[in-house]
Amino acid sequence: MLYRENGQFKTSYAADQQIFPILQDRVAIGVLLAIAFVVVPMFGSDYLFRAILIPFLILALAALGLNILVGYCGQISLGTGAFMAVGAYAAYNFLVRIDGMPLIAAMLLGGLCATVIGVLFGIPSLRIKGLYLAVATLAAQFFTDWAFLRIGWFTNNSTSGSVSVAGLNVFGLPIESAVAKYLFCLAVVCVFALGAKNLVRSAIGRQWMAIRDMDVAAAVIGIRPMYAKLTAFAVSSFIVGVAGVLWAFVHLGAWEPAAFSIDRSFQLLFMVIIGGLGSIMGAFFGAAFIIVLPILLDQVPQWFGIPLSTATTSHLVHMIFGALIVFFLIVEPHGLARLWSIGKQKLRLWPFPH
Amino acid sequence: MKSRPFALAAALAAAGLAAPAAAQQANEQFFPLLVYRTGAYAPNGTPWANGKQDYVKYINATGGINGVKIAWEECETGYATDKGVECYERLKGKKSSLIDPQATGITFALTDKAPVDKIPLITLGYGLAASQDGGVFKWNFPLMGSYWTAADALIQHLGKKEGGLDKLKGKKIALVYHDSPFGKEPIPLLQKRAQMHGFELVLLPVTAPGVEQKATWLQVRQQRPDYTLLWGWGVMNSTALKEAVATGYPREKLFGVWWSGAEPDVKDVGANAKGYSALALNPHGTDSALIKDILKKVHDAGNGAGPRDEVGSVLYMRGLLIQMFATEAVRTAQAKFGAGKVMTGEQVRWGLENLNIDDKRIGELGLAGLIRPLKTTCTDHMGSTAVRLHTWDGSQWKMQADWYEADKAVIDPMVKEAADRYATEKQIKRRDPSDCNA
Repeated sequence: MLYRENGQFKTSYAADQQIFPILQDRVAIGVLLAIAFVVVPMFGSDYLFRAILIPFLILALAALGLNILVGYCGQISLGTGAFMAVGAYAAYNFLVRIDGMPLIAAMLLGGLCATVIGVLFGIPSLRIKGLYLAVATLAAQFFTDWAFLRIGWFTNNSTSGSVSVAGLNVFGLPIESAVAKYLFCLAVVCVFALGAKNLVRSAIGRQWMAIRDMDVAAAVIGIRPMYAKLTAFAVSSFIVGVAGVLWAFVHLGAWEPAAFSIDRSFQLLFMVIIGGLGSIMGAFFGAAFIIVLPILLDQVPQWFGIPLSTATTSHLVHMIFGALIVFFLIVEPHGLARLWSIGKQKLRLWPFPH
Repeated sequence: MKSRPFALAAALAAAGLAAPAAAQQANEQFFPLLVYRTGAYAPNGTPWANGKQDYVKYINATGGINGVKIAWEECETGYATDKGVECYERLKGKKSSLIDPQATGITFALTDKAPVDKIPLITLGYGLAASQDGGVFKWNFPLMGSYWTAADALIQHLGKKEGGLDKLKGKKIALVYHDSPFGKEPIPLLQKRAQMHGFELVLLPVTAPGVEQKATWLQVRQQRPDYTLLWGWGVMNSTALKEAVATGYPREKLFGVWWSGAEPDVKDVGANAKGYSALALNPHGTDSALIKDILKKVHDAGNGAGPRDEVGSVLYMRGLLIQMFATEAVRTAQAKFGAGKVMTGEQVRWGLENLNIDDKRIGELGLAGLIRPLKTTCTDHMGSTAVRLHTWDGSQWKMQADWYEADKAVIDPMVKEAADRYATEKQIKRRDPSDCNA
């Protein structure tokens, strides 16, 4: 009833090609952004920001980057944690070695370093595909783990191998309080999500999808597989690298290579699969499912005053969470984003389904 | 059908928003207990967590701290830094006045946050060695020892065995360590000692969590070090001991840090680990008056956190001791800011900085003769570096008699240098002497 597009006519190509062609969607997104930028900072608690929203935003950004590679270009990667680590350590080195390095510049340079490493480890994708490629990208994971643990230069010769940053600021504004950190992450995520959305709608995005759907056919119609695959690796690892910088600088503050272990790579891959392959929105759904849901589940017994021991609760969370993953993948193998779009489709016909 | 998952998610979210805050009385001192009872390190984390909980219950059973009851809530970290940060954020809002992060990685992450939130960190026997310097680390309290004092005590012990530190010249000492900040911390001190006494230091890292050590022990077999120091945690320790057995490396030449010297580490290896020694940061056993009282007032009342036969084990006692110092800090703070009142984080910090656990107090606590006096000051946040070693006789740990203290001439300049470096990196100023009297 409320959600239908009857009477919304497009009179120009620009209007027809906008990201949200339906007025209700545009309003909803506008309201969502207003809530995220204005209402939440006014009323959110420190806990909400630091423990839930900031990790959610940063890992959603990383999932977004990975989704470009896995969801749009069909190149399975298990090296996401490695590219995050490259971004984080590169940005750290730019920050401590160059006086007066602005945070944003360090972040982007960190992303660029991740791009270089990403493309380097993407080269095997020209010869190997699918699960074989996933195994090949594991090399990136092991290599960075080794490098950041063993080569003292990367950690500025920190004796413990743990590095930390302090006194972050953007254009003179300190990124110290929870709200400032949240707003900074939110702004970065919004910019990158918009950029990624437009990229996947452009010519290069269509090339990625053609390669994903059938690379031989794509090559026949004139798409260069090398160019398409390596650009997907480059864009993906750039975004992932920036997410790594945010994770290290803004969320943790002090970190060691374990923060970007293989577990992180798996976690992000699951986010992409559960959220929805080949969907920008899916990255956010996936991150919410994987990050926020276990934290909520963990606190459920306490809300209802059920006396459970810490260990039991923790085990229960793992079991319920695992069951939910199976449930969602059976109900909709294309992920939460697909469920969302089915829901929207039904709403457009409501209350008169065919 | 399709809408059901959303309904479920919505119900969960709604429950989250409507959830009542956990019941917490206004006149209770709140201690958040970060624990890990699951994951790779659970066998070690569980007795530690139970010890902490039992002491809180014991204090409450004996009338609280000058009448102030202790409220507590556990949060499972699984030894993961990001989960630990989440726990910290979750619990700090409930007027947390003191936190024991229970993991080196989490300590590193919280060291930046503590000064902002004004919550002191108590890192008994772990954390950042440089945080002994209260002039820079106003909110960190590595009571009783750091990895540097531990390494120093071990080298002194080896020197004593050889008949003098100068006899270590030309010897080869290997360090088998957990490849994480925890394992790397002692390296600077060992390097300094190696330089001073002329022994050769061989560094042998083991990737976390440490179940795969074949390559490491192959190197031990090749290099045949005169002594091997073990810097492991959790499953790494028993694996190392098994590998030492397989390699034929004499257990008498193997010395562990205090995190490598508890029951879970040697139990699987049993009689094969006989002769292995490790630092004993705390006493163990059930002979002390305190433990007898806890067994009576907590466990006999059916209130114990864990199994009864775990009481008195090494890690249980460590958890207990941590909570004991936390309680004493509140008590000390109450002496200045008002007995019978709930102390804020800042007041507890003052208490931690002015702890004076002398022999008389140790007797009152029921630990007579088992721990050394501990006195913290504004500049020294450690209070005491006294430590003993204990040796596994095949069925239980046997305490050795000698106490070791870290050599101030070696430790102090290193601590100062590291703290200064940290202060420069973080752009913080060393505390003014006037700040100490506040």
